Order: sequence, then C-alpha cells, then structure tokens
Amino acid sequence: MMNSSEAQPEEPGKNGKTTSSTRLRPGNGLTASNINFFYGQAQALYDVSLSFASGAVTALIGPSGCGKSTFLRSLNRMNETVKGARLEGSITLDGEDILKSDVNKVRRRVGMVFQRSNPFPMSIFANVAYGLDVNGIGRRGKIKEIVEESLVKAALWDEVKDKLHASANSLSGGQQQRLCIARALAVKPDVLLMDEPCSALDPIATAKIEDLIFGLRGECTIIIVTHNLQQAARVSEYTAFLLLGRLVEFSTTLDMFKNPRERETEDYVTGRFG
Amino acid sequence: MLQMIDRLGQLRGKVLTMANLVEKALDGSVRVLACQDELEARRVLDYEDAINTLEVETDQLATELLALNQPVAKDLRFITAAIKINSDLERMGDLAVNIARSSIRGDHRPMDIDTTEIPEMARRVQAMVRDAVQSFESSDDERAKRVLVSDDGVDEIKNRMFAQLVHGIEADATVASVNVDLIFVAHSLERIADHATNIAEDVLFFVKGLDVRHHRTSIDGKS
Repeated sequence: MMNSSEAQPEEPGKNGKTTSSTRLRPGNGLTASNINFFYGQAQALYDVSLSFASGAVTALIGPSGCGKSTFLRSLNRMNETVKGARLEGSITLDGEDILKSDVNKVRRRVGMVFQRSNPFPMSIFANVAYGLDVNGIGRRGKIKEIVEESLVKAALWDEVKDKLHASANSLSGGQQQRLCIARALAVKPDVLLMDEPCSALDPIATAKIEDLIFGLRGECTIIIVTHNLQQAARVSEYTAFLLLGRLVEFSTTLDMFKNPRERETEDYVTGRFG
Repeated sequence: MLQMIDRLGQLRGKVLTMANLVEKALDGSVRVLACQDELEARRVLDYEDAINTLEVETDQLATELLALNQPVAKDLRFITAAIKINSDLERMGDLAVNIARSSIRGDHRPMDIDTTEIPEMARRVQAMVRDAVQSFESSDDERAKRVLVSDDGVDEIKNRMFAQLVHGIEADATVASVNVDLIFVAHSLERIADHATNIAEDVLFFVKGLDVRHHRTSIDGKS
C-alpha cells in the first residue's frame, strides 16, 4: 500500500473521536460535521464528524447496526427517500453545503455503488451512458469515448468490448458490479460511495473490484463500507470505526490495524466482540 | 475466534517454556564458570537441545497463526514479537553453551573468575534476563523498560574487562589462553544482555505498540 502521506497531504488527526478528527483545508473535499440521524424517534447516529481525504480511500467499519451504512447514505442524501428519516448537522463538498444543493447535482458529484449490483435492463453500453444522458453530458462521439474510458477504469473493457450492445443481465455478478462502477464513474464523480460492494462476490471477482478501488485512488475520493476487515485493511488508507452510532476512532488504516488507540476498536478488529 | 485465542495461549506458553529453559541454561553456565563442573556443563547442553526443539515448534505455531487467522492489532503485535523473542531465546541458549564450553576447556588451568568482574557481570545479566522474561509473562512494560536501562552497565563492565584482560596478556603471555577464554565469556554474557534487551523492546512493542529500537522512539513513547 502506498504511504498515506503520499496519498494525501494531511493525515487523519490524532484524536478521531470528535469534530477534531481530521481537518482538511477549508473548502477541500467532503466533510461531515456533527451528524445526528434519526429514523423516526430512533437515533442512529450521534454527533459524527469526519473529513475525508480527497482522492484517498476511506473504509467505514463497525458491527451491524452501528450506523455506517446510514452515515454513508447520508453523504449523497440517499436517506431522504426513507420515510420519517431526519438528519441534523452539515455535509460540505468543496465548501458547498450538499444538504442545500440540488439533489441531482449532489448525486452526480457523489456517486454510489450498492451491495447488490443493479444494472438497468438495457445494454452494457446504455447502462454506462445512462448517467451521461440524464445529465446532458457529451455528444454521441464523446459519449462513446467516455463509455470506453469508464469501462477501462472499471477493468471491464476487455471482457465486454465485443458485446457492448448485449444485455447487462448477461454478465456475471462480478462483471455486473464492475459495470455499475463504470456507470458511476462515467459522470466523473468527485466522491464514490461503496456500500459493501463485494459482499455478494466470489474471491476472484472481489480481487478485481479491490484492484479497481486501488487504481482509482487519486482520481476520486472513495468511501467504502465493509464488514470484511481484511478488505478494509487491503484497500483503504484511512479507516473509521463506528459503534452504536458513534465514531469511536478514525486513523490511518495502518494504525487502525496495527495499534488502535481505543480499547473498543482493538476488541472489534481482533474479533473479541461484534 | 476461541480457537485463535487458544492458539495464542499455546504460543505464549511455548515462548515462556523456552524462556524458562534459557534462564536455567544461563544459571547453569554461570555455575560452570564458578566451579568448572562438567556434569553441570552437560546439563546446559541438554537445555540447548530442548530450546532448539521449542524454537522450531514456536516458529511453526506462529506461522500457522499468521496464515490461518490474519491477526491484527494486539494479536498481530504479539505474534510478531513472539517470533522475534523466539529467535533471541535460541541465540541466548547457544551463548549459554559457549560460556559453559569456555569454562571447562581442559587445555589450561581453571579460570579464576573471582579476580575479575565476571561474577558481577553474570549477576546483572541474569537479572536482565529474568526481568525480560517476567515482562513478557506479565505484559509489564515498566519492567521491560528496566531491562533497557540496565544494558549500558553491562556494556561498561565488558569494556573494562576487555581492557584488563588484554593488558594482562601483554604483561604475561602465559595467561593468554585463560584470558582469551574469559574474553569469550564476557563477550557471550554481553551478547545475552543484548538479546534480553531485544526481548524487552519486543515486549514494549506488543504491550504498548512502541518501536524503541535504535532509539527511534524514546521508551516513554516520545518520538
């Protein structure tokens, strides 16, 4: 793994528990401040603050129900579709308050890949071009170029270049997931959210996605939720540990897995609980 | 998980058994120094055999734990420390044998160690080894720190003895054989102290996550 200081100008702060967790330059990257989240009366997140290093991969880990997916889905306002859900706090992307921005624009800048691949029932080409079309990006020639570029980045081009107009449903599970990543990359997002993107994949397909995540570093900020601690260790430069809706620790991934500061973190990563 | 905790316990047990044998080998070699007892020397050799067998078993168990459990955090620090301590203990066993062999060499008159600082040096080295082993046994970083600060005193004695023994040879060539053996003994004791220091450094690593080797970080954790 590349040295974190090479990947990012600033390392996560020493105290990852509160708003002082990591500080990037004002207006730089994605920052969530004092996030409290409620499903009706039930509070799922408590005062979570995290600044994500631009161009780096950050993993969110924690036991089931700790709020990591809720937090992830807050970052591009996916939770707004949940009835009774309410969010307090602020989320800024390059200084712009995404909670007050146009939601379509937010989701173009903050893309998402889900646990289960969800290709549209259309061709491989149309899947990747879909976001371009919706966002009015590019002429026909340009779209072809972007589709190819996105499929190359998603490490899928060689496997599909001769059948771009075949149905996306004809692809294997791993290929479908990479297609979804290509579709997300096509609109050139600043941030890519990944919610357990490999949990339904076999080890070979998983390795391809992990290589792809590794290769995207520096190009866009990636935030990945995973239950697979070894995957977090392999692909991310920074890791945040959440427990019962609270941020317990945020540090470089190396520190998290070699010498975590908090007892709860150590117990979790060593499998003593959770 | 329970299986891994059980295997970690076995690894700890093997290292402690080995450490116990090394302490016995060292104590035996110091007794051989004092009385040139061949029976005691043979016992030291027996300890070394057992230590070598345990070294292999410990390595195998540690490798198995790494391969099958992908340990992280304190478990990873413990296993990497155990691997290094294992290697240090094996070398300490060899050095104890060297001391015993130097003491019973039959081609010259018995060594009169009481006229040297060897008894004091041996006492300090035994204390260092005991502290290093106990710091491992009880994950006691304060005791480990004590080992680190003791090493300089042993080095000073060794340097003084080297100068005196070389001077003795220059003054009287007939003592050369005995003095060279004493130099080897002092050297072996000093190396055992170095290995005890390594063990203490590894204890600090697995207990506190500190890497104090080569003064990279102070023993108080300050860079």
